[in-house]
This record gives sequence, C-alpha cells and structure tokens, in this order.
Amino acid sequence: MSVLVFAELEEGQVKKSSLEAVSYSLALGGEVSVIAFGTMDDSAIAELGKAGATKVLKVTDAKLAENNIMAYSSAVAEAMEKEGADFLVLAKSSLGDPISARVAIKVGAALGSNVVDLPDTSSGFKVKSSIYTGKAYAVSELKGDKKILVLKKNAAEIKEDGGAPAVEEFTPATKDEDFKAKVTSTDKATGDVLLPEADIVVSGGRGLKGPENWGMIEELAKELGAATGCSKPVSDMDWRPHHEHVGQTGIKVSPSLYIAVGISGAIQHLAGVNSSKYILVINKDPEAPFFKAADYGVVGDAFDVVPKLTEAIKAQRS
Amino acid sequence: MKILVCITHVPDTTSRIAFTDGNTKFDKNGIQFIIGPYDDYALARAVELKEQHGGSITAINVGEAETEPTIRKALAIGADEAIRVNAHPEDAIFVAKQIASVAKGGDYDLILMGRESIDFNGGQVHGMVGEILGIPSISPVMKLDIEGNTAKVTREIEGGKEYLEIEMPFIAGCQEPIAEWKIPNMRGIMSARTKPLNVIDPTGDNPMNVVEVFEMPPAKSGVKLVEPDNLEELVKLLKTEAKVI
Repeated sequence: MSVLVFAELEEGQVKKSSLEAVSYSLALGGEVSVIAFGTMDDSAIAELGKAGATKVLKVTDAKLAENNIMAYSSAVAEAMEKEGADFLVLAKSSLGDPISARVAIKVGAALGSNVVDLPDTSSGFKVKSSIYTGKAYAVSELKGDKKILVLKKNAAEIKEDGGAPAVEEFTPATKDEDFKAKVTSTDKATGDVLLPEADIVVSGGRGLKGPENWGMIEELAKELGAATGCSKPVSDMDWRPHHEHVGQTGIKVSPSLYIAVGISGAIQHLAGVNSSKYILVINKDPEAPFFKAADYGVVGDAFDVVPKLTEAIKAQRS
Repeated sequence: MKILVCITHVPDTTSRIAFTDGNTKFDKNGIQFIIGPYDDYALARAVELKEQHGGSITAINVGEAETEPTIRKALAIGADEAIRVNAHPEDAIFVAKQIASVAKGGDYDLILMGRESIDFNGGQVHGMVGEILGIPSISPVMKLDIEGNTAKVTREIEGGKEYLEIEMPFIAGCQEPIAEWKIPNMRGIMSARTKPLNVIDPTGDNPMNVVEVFEMPPAKSGVKLVEPDNLEELVKLLKTEAKVI
C-alpha cells in the first residue's frame, strides 16, 4: 500500500497540519510519499522524514510558484499515479479542500472530509468525520479502490522518530487549461501563528469594548505561542480582520486549548470551537452560556484577569 | 449573463442536533430548515450581478420534495427559475455529478454556491463540479466583480487574502462579505409562487461516501471555576491536569 500526502509550506517550513497528515498516513500503514510545491528548507525535509515520510517529491517549477489549484490538482493526480498511491491524505485548508475535490474526480476516489481519527478497517473502510460544524460526528464507509482523506486539525499526533527521506525533483506535466485563474497578488499577515494551525487560540469578544483593548489578548497569545481569534460581532464591527472570525460562518478551530475572553458563547460561536480539547472561559457574567461548554472558567473582569493570567504564566516559566 | 446558484436545504444555525432510529437518521423534529447561510450569500451576489449586468438566475437544489419551500424562498429572493433534482443529497460526489449534469446543458457563465453546506461542512462540491466541467473553481470568495468577460475575485486564505483574475465561466464558493443577505419582499413572495420549478430525475451515479451511523460528542463533565485572584491555580491546572501549556 502506498499513500501520497499533499504537504503545504509556509516560509520554507512544513505546516504543522501537513506533518499531522504525514504521521496519520504512517499509521494507515505502507509507504508514505509527500508532494510539496515551492522552496523547502533542508530542515523541512528532515521534519517530513521524522513524521514518517520515506520519499519527498519536490516541485520547484517556477510556473507553479503561485498557488494554482487546477495545476496543483493535476500534479497531485499525476504523482498518485506515478507512486502507485491508493490514498491521498491532506489537511483541511483553503488549498487542501479544492485540491482534494478536484483530484477525487480526476482519479475516481471516494472522499472523506473533516476526518478526526484513524479509519476502522475491521469491515470495509470507515472514517469518522466532524459534521454539523462540530456538533456531531458521522461514521461513513468509503467505497472504491482509491480514497482521499481530508483531515481536521489534531486528527493525529506528529511522530518524530522517522529517518531521512529520499528526495526527488518532480516536474509535473503542465497543461495550458490549468492556468485559467491567475493570482495577481496576496495580502497576508506575516509572523503570526495561523489560526487553523495553532495549538492554542486566544479569542476576544464584544466584552473587550473596542479594538484598542486587544493589546492584552495579543500579549497573552504571544506568551502562549497562540493565535488570536474573535467572535462574529467583533469581525462584523471591523475591530479585527475577517480571517480571525471563529464560528459557524467563520473559521472552525480544533486546538488543544481555546481561551475565550469576553465572549458570551452564542451557539454559532460554540459550533466553531466545540472540537477544541480544552476550553477556558473568562467572562464577568457568571450566567454566560459559554461556561456550560467550558472545562475551566474564571468569573471576573477581563481587564483584570487577562493581564494577571499572562503574568502568572510568565512567573511559572521562570 | 446566465447564473446558476446552488442551494442547500439545511437546519437553521441555532438548531440543536439530534438523531433517531439508532442514530442512523437526522431528527427533523422541531427543526427549521433554511437556505444554507453561505448559499444565501451566493444568491444575494447573483441578484446584484443580475441588476448590474442583466441576465437570468437559475437556482438548483438536490433534494426530495420537502426542500421545495426552501427553493421557493430562493425564487422569492430573486432567482428567475429553479430546478430540483429529485434525490436525497447522498454525498459530495453524488451532488456534484447532479449539478454538473444540469450545468452541462445550460451554458452558464457563472456558477455560484456557498463555500460549504453547514450540515456536512465538506466544502468539496464546487471543486468537484469545476473538475467535471473542466473549469476553474474558487473558494472561499469574499468579493466578486465582473467587467466584460473577466472577474476580479478575492479569496480568503489562512491569515489573509488572495486576489485573482479569471475569465468566465467559472465556479465560486461564496462567503461573507460578498453581499448582504436579502430578505424577500411581499412582491417577491407572490411572484415566487408562479415562477417555474422544474423537477428532474437524478443521474444514475452512486455515492462513494455512505454514512452508517451518527455520534454525538461526549458531554463536558462540567466547568472547573477558578477565583480571579487565584490564577496560579488555573495555570497549574492547565499545565498538570490538561497538559496544554
């Protein structure tokens, strides 16, 4: 059995969610090859090996330097064929979703999205997926010889005991019709921890009273190496950018720890965070519905509690 | 300009989710069904584009007869006609094949839908339809403007935005703030009753992802409250009990 992983790079490094996909694939059994587009640091290749990859297909063709969903999909399908891979495994993301969809049609594969755990192969091939925006799970059978699994964050732990992988330059056959959509520019925050990738997320809500009060949220996030998020009203009022909006109609996160500050916990917000391993809620209203969904809670004024919490974490480190 | 808008019929976002028949069926009891909120953005943008450029809007839904009130709502908001593919929307591949089959005969300049349905959250159908038709698919789209035959599109990516230029035809999976949701007015509701809603049979394609059983997440054991003047205790719990920091 052979598995191909589509890995995403961020400033030369492999995204954590892609390393999870590699270790997930290792647990599926068989050989794990990785395809990645763009320039990759040597340390990134070593990390892929540690996570379980035995082979890395590097695509450095200048024509494919910009995100190109159609061309990437063609290349991934070609690589599956070349490696004799029956499985494609990748992390759910703005690239992973469309590539998995197009490759599923190209190779005639069954597809499971939002997969949260390893498959049950005792009879057939059954995967567990998060549905209804994290409010429930579906266990479904994937039919067909080829299968594509799109993983939700935290579906597998990243392994660190693998050896150095073989590295191969791969130049896919490109077709003109795959270059119909052109990326003219991108506008991206640099240096921040990306929200869907983060192990810890610190989110603020309307209780923070205004965008000028986000400093303490950012400080707490920085101390924890966390990403910052926000509730829908906060993004609607333009206190924070839309790509930080966590919830039913925004980003769905599943970090190890979600910290909600001054967010009451409307059902639409909970839907975006309820697959977090642990939830800490800080709110001055003891009746805030978020406390019912939380593991830990502090009833208190955010302006008092958040800076003190940052200090307490610092103190414990030193 | 001919626009095809794909509509899902899904439980309202505030629904409490439950299952029946040994957790094999969704419990519709007390559930209000709506046009998927992302599809609602797609429809609203389609109505605006039609106002600017002229043309027509066809709404399509893959669903059984129960989805017709939802389709009528799309007609009330501004679709000119609707198609219901008479089948349960089994999985993304099945739904994509139905939509692609209709789109093939329709010569649409633009196919719009939500970035994902809010029941299965796959976000796959636009890419699959695009691949079947051999045209680009872009998602999630926050802004879409058309000039002549070219579209300028803003796509959300992790931590920012990507700007694209693309010639029609193509498919977009939409999300906020592409347009403001439209509420049907009385005239729209009245005219929706007489607009054509054609029911067609599905293609013979089979689903490849078949749900066997649903599960609910384990209930939280209850919140542990820590006093605001004892945050050292909270840090200790996060470190030694949850082991997350």
